[in-house]
Amino acid sequence: MASTDTTPVLEKTDRAGKAPSDTADVGAGLDALDAVTAHRGSIGQALRTKALPPLIGVLVVLALWQGAYSLHVTSSYKLPSPADVWRSAQDLWYQGTLFSIIWTSVWRGLSGFLLAVVIGTPIGLVVARIRPVRTAIGPVLQGLQSLPSVAWVPAAVIWLGINDQMMYAVILLGAVPSIANGLVAGIDQVPPLFLRAGRTIGATGLTGARHVLIPAALPGYLAGLKQGWAFSWRSLMAAELVASSPDLGRGLGRFLEDQREFSDMSGVLLGIILILFVGIAIELLVFTPVERRVLRNRGLLATGK
Amino acid sequence: MTTALTTSADAPGADAHGGAPAVRISHVHKSFGRPGAQTHVLDDITLDVAPGEFVTLLGASGCGKSTLLNLVAGLDKPSAGAIEVTGGRPALMFQEHALFPWLTAGKNIELALKLAGLPRPERRPEAERLLELVRLQGAYGKRVHELSGGMRQRVAMARALAQGSKVLLMDEPFAALDAITRDVLHDEITRIWAERQLSVLFVTHNVREAVRLAQRVVLLSSRPGRVAREWRIDLPQPRRIESSGVADLSIEITEELRGEIRRHGQH
Ligand SMILES: Nc1ncnc2c1ncn2[C@@H]1O[C@H](COP(=O)(O)OP(=O)(O)O)[C@@H](O)[C@H]1O
Ligand SMILES: [Mg+2]
Repeated sequence: MASTDTTPVLEKTDRAGKAPSDTADVGAGLDALDAVTAHRGSIGQALRTKALPPLIGVLVVLALWQGAYSLHVTSSYKLPSPADVWRSAQDLWYQGTLFSIIWTSVWRGLSGFLLAVVIGTPIGLVVARIRPVRTAIGPVLQGLQSLPSVAWVPAAVIWLGINDQMMYAVILLGAVPSIANGLVAGIDQVPPLFLRAGRTIGATGLTGARHVLIPAALPGYLAGLKQGWAFSWRSLMAAELVASSPDLGRGLGRFLEDQREFSDMSGVLLGIILILFVGIAIELLVFTPVERRVLRNRGLLATGK
Repeated sequence: MTTALTTSADAPGADAHGGAPAVRISHVHKSFGRPGAQTHVLDDITLDVAPGEFVTLLGASGCGKSTLLNLVAGLDKPSAGAIEVTGGRPALMFQEHALFPWLTAGKNIELALKLAGLPRPERRPEAERLLELVRLQGAYGKRVHELSGGMRQRVAMARALAQGSKVLLMDEPFAALDAITRDVLHDEITRIWAERQLSVLFVTHNVREAVRLAQRVVLLSSRPGRVAREWRIDLPQPRRIESSGVADLSIEITEELRGEIRRHGQH
């Protein structure tokens, strides 16, 4: 039963077994065999795979549009040609108002969005981590997300009048729930193992939130921010369309509504294209790079694509 | 130098070393669930780990090994009994590396150093020193996903050591690794344990691993978890997991473990 009698033999095998450097060598060999090497494609390749398909998409749409115009599908005052819209853009450019119109809206949209981040983030944290608060306002917060923010415009006009505050109020009502819900979802998806690991190294309470909880929830939070921006932008356009006052700066929504009043269809189409363009540009310039960076750092991005 | 065995369940394990034990678990009970519908997972566990001692805790899956380790780590509270750990919060390693993927290997270690109160200028050099200790010099700037399984577990070991505790708790840390990598890490943990004079409580369901590493193997029974038996292992280190000394004792302990498991099949 006991292995006492075999000990002398054992000791020899054990001693002769391996020198410490052998372990180091085997370990180093394993590391070399196992380590993951990340490859990143060339810029030319990236252009071909990323930029080309959307470019082709845009060209196809333009071609269909021009085709419909040339075939006189409807009267040309209802459907102007791409060239007409381009001329409207040029006019705006020569009047020198193109950038001020875009900037008025972008400034409102971005500053409203940042305010929404400042307000939505603590709300999300509290809802995610404090049980009674979650039961109380969690469902409301989720319901608010499906309420189109245009619905707030009449109320905001009566409460605040037709001014910038009213625009910001509508942006906040649209974006805060998205941002808060994104953070809640992000926190819910944090693997409990990270929280336990954090606690064992002493990351508890606020320190734990700062060093473990928030970074771990970052991917979900970013998704919420992205959606929050989309909501901010939509809410703002709705508010600008409805609210007309000489005191207000003229943004894209107002421009669009003005063109409608003039029955200038190429101006209306230009307005729509510009609104779409700004929304996409902010997403591509601000959110996509941040998101890609976060995902790549965590090895969550498929490589080689 | 002989392969001694035995001692009954209630024998004091740590007398040879003298002084206060590094970990003292006395009469610990743990139940889960609401009163009335409780499962009694741990039943009157009493176990000491002496300073500088390497103890492996062996038992079938679900017998309460992780539960006990969580109690010692302070992640959960015992239903009854007391646990004392000298030198503050012990370090804990999991089966999964549990490294933070938003930080590099080096920054993972530095976070633990920061939370342990090390001033900023000393953190980076200390992190590099710890990486060197686990033979990963050069991995400082690597992202977690760029490391192999074995390397991740070594970074996790470095992060655990960064806490500065002399008590290291390990919950099946090598269970997910392939045999060769595990073999290498057995050598490394043995070396680091000796160099740093750590007190280690190492959980495993692998009998050979338990015998390969430990000075003392503690067998837990299942449902409820009790200390069934202990073996003192005096084979010299570093041992080889395939050596006949390890194998012989493993056979004996496996027999005992199977007996424990068999008891449950009978009713
Ligand atoms: N938080 C918990 N709530 C209820 N039951 C639990 C909890 N944690 C563990 N258990 C139960 O306790 C028993 C022991 O679990 P565990 O300590 O994880 O076992 P081991 O690590 O030995 O495999 C299992 O039967 C498990 O279902
Ligand atoms: Mg376990």
